[in-house]
Amino acid sequence: MTLKRTISTIGAAGLALSLAAGAASARDLTVVSWGGNYQDAQKKIYFEPFAQKLGKPVLDESWDGGIGVIAAKVKAGEPNWDVVQVETEELELGCTDGFYEKIDWDKLGGKDKFLAAGAHDCGVGAIVWSTMLSYDGDKLKDSVPTSWVDFWDTGKFPGKRGLRRGPKYSLEFALMADGVKPADVYTVLRTPEGIDRAFKKLDEIKKDVVWWEAGAQPLQLLASGEVVMTTAYNGRISGINKTEGKHFKVVWPGSIYAIDSWVVLRNSPNKNDAMDFIAFASAPENQSKLPEYIAYGLPQKEAAAAVPANLAADLPTAEANLVDAVALDGAFWVDNVEELTSRFNAWLAQ
Amino acid sequence: MMSSAMRARLRALGLIMPLMAFLLVFFVWPLATMMVASVTDGTVRGVLPQTATVLAKWDGEGPPTPEMAASLVTDLRMPVDSLAFGDAVRRLNSELSGFRSLMSRTASAAKGAGEGQALDLVAIDPRWGDAKYWLAMKRAMPLYTDRYLLAAVDLERDASGNVAGLDANTSANRQIMLRTFLIAASVTLLCAAIGLPYALIAAASKGWVRAILLIAVLLPLWTSLLVRTAAWFILLQNEGLINDALKTIGLISEPLPLIFNRTGVIIAMTHVLLPFMVLPIYSGLLTIPANLMPAAASLGASRIKAFRHVLLPLAFPGLMSGSLLVFMVALGYYITPALVGGANDQMISSVIAFFATGTANWGMAGALGLILLVVTTVLYLVYGRLSRSPTMVAT
Repeated sequence: MTLKRTISTIGAAGLALSLAAGAASARDLTVVSWGGNYQDAQKKIYFEPFAQKLGKPVLDESWDGGIGVIAAKVKAGEPNWDVVQVETEELELGCTDGFYEKIDWDKLGGKDKFLAAGAHDCGVGAIVWSTMLSYDGDKLKDSVPTSWVDFWDTGKFPGKRGLRRGPKYSLEFALMADGVKPADVYTVLRTPEGIDRAFKKLDEIKKDVVWWEAGAQPLQLLASGEVVMTTAYNGRISGINKTEGKHFKVVWPGSIYAIDSWVVLRNSPNKNDAMDFIAFASAPENQSKLPEYIAYGLPQKEAAAAVPANLAADLPTAEANLVDAVALDGAFWVDNVEELTSRFNAWLAQ
Repeated sequence: MMSSAMRARLRALGLIMPLMAFLLVFFVWPLATMMVASVTDGTVRGVLPQTATVLAKWDGEGPPTPEMAASLVTDLRMPVDSLAFGDAVRRLNSELSGFRSLMSRTASAAKGAGEGQALDLVAIDPRWGDAKYWLAMKRAMPLYTDRYLLAAVDLERDASGNVAGLDANTSANRQIMLRTFLIAASVTLLCAAIGLPYALIAAASKGWVRAILLIAVLLPLWTSLLVRTAAWFILLQNEGLINDALKTIGLISEPLPLIFNRTGVIIAMTHVLLPFMVLPIYSGLLTIPANLMPAAASLGASRIKAFRHVLLPLAFPGLMSGSLLVFMVALGYYITPALVGGANDQMISSVIAFFATGTANWGMAGALGLILLVVTTVLYLVYGRLSRSPTMVAT
């Protein structure tokens, strides 16, 4: 929290890890995911059954992302995590930086069993998830937002808006609000003028934005009426509708979908069990159970085909939901995330 | 005589050994590591030694030479630790965006082609024809660098090596640093304004009143920071308790904007840090002999005069150490501004956290921390001078 603590936590983590390195071989397989009701579902359908099959306990932890966290674990020597679920750019960054073990694709039946974006040298696709415009159907009834143009229209929909803090997603949505076609978003964003254009568009609603960081925050903002609409993750929206009887709505056109992947950290002492776990979590009969709990798409093709039609319609991978949806461009963000985040922070501070 | 003194000293030393070891391992060592990380820059030259030699001779004018390209290909064909290579690529990408895809593409092409076979880099990626990538590589070669320290205060070295201001669009560290000090100062003043009277009342009261007053300060101190901040979130929001109550009694018709702005941050931080102000003042007041005020009165001082000339100066050291404590702790706040603040209320630790956990740019995180440490130390020294004189007058 404080600077001193941040620094000493990093140092202490490093020391503790190097001290523990000798004894760590006895550590049980540790799987790290994103917490909340998503991880509860994973526990039920992946972690617990796999622990039974393995005959050893499987530990699970949660995290909030950040390549620096992975870097600290890997550089300390033997990491205390084995399998981690990472976002697109952490997969790409960590793979170029050598933080992950190469995936044993034979155990998974080959890359062609997966969506192309879910078959990486360093990672295996775990879910397909979307970030999109969402609003409370109980509060907005007569006229509802249908696009990013509406999100920017504070005259038609007065009130605050929620956006994830950071340039990723904000710039893409700003360009779509400015009339860029979903298919052209990254072409425009790859030019300096395109970036200026996106920031200029963000200027228009700067004073109306509440910036959120954790995936549970936008739900809270919507529920309390603090914002009239917000970006959110599709699985969390359908989850809260199911568990708390809310009527939050999502707008699929203009949404951005991405794949989260399982990776195995370099020098993991449980490398074999880790690869077996990923194979278990990717097996069609196991993976196809996930949409019952949370509306995320499945990167394993056979698993995706086995999802019942009524559940499949809510997933980011459903044909109807992919119309005018954009695939997150991992390569763009891998190259530009640091520069654009600095600029974004400077823009916010002004 | 000598030996017994020596033995006593050794024993004393032995007793503080655990403390010294703890400080060394958990304070000095990490601090030193981060400081070193903020000025060293050996990752790229370690992985690309031949390129480093060739680039050192290049004057940076004109198009890239074939010799440079050849040395890069040779270096890329060398077997290298993937972690070290990753560090180098990350370093290059932070110098100029685009190096990640460029380097991974080029490295796999260089390894793919046969040993000794010449490679046309421009054919692999046209960016190699652009001198700016080579210039960026040249800039990343020296072992020691001031780039992180400069960037931490929004400066950079331009092409000719002179220190120049960074584009206002790309960096706002100075502004955020200034804001951090402003917020910390406002919180300190507010804590002093509330904490001093509170401690005076607590010290003057007796029995269960004092117990309740102290519990009211201590209980929040024992509660997790996150929980307290979340509680303020619930209280301050538009449909929160405060706005609802004000609306019910008809004082306001529209909710007051209390959250996601500076007001919310200052309110929440003042509450969280208040114990650090009250406790030092209170413990200072307890040491004041109870008969001083009656003595002042017996010498003819009015109550106000006795308060101003006797009690207040004696409470001053407590007030000063409380202020220092609150100010220093407030400087590092991260969670509270992130949860109840708006875009313009983020403090410097959020920027440090971004570089440390977000992008693994530990040089930059270390440099920002170092600047903060230096500024804070200077403020502490100034404060030390300022706070000494009134105490001297009092005694």
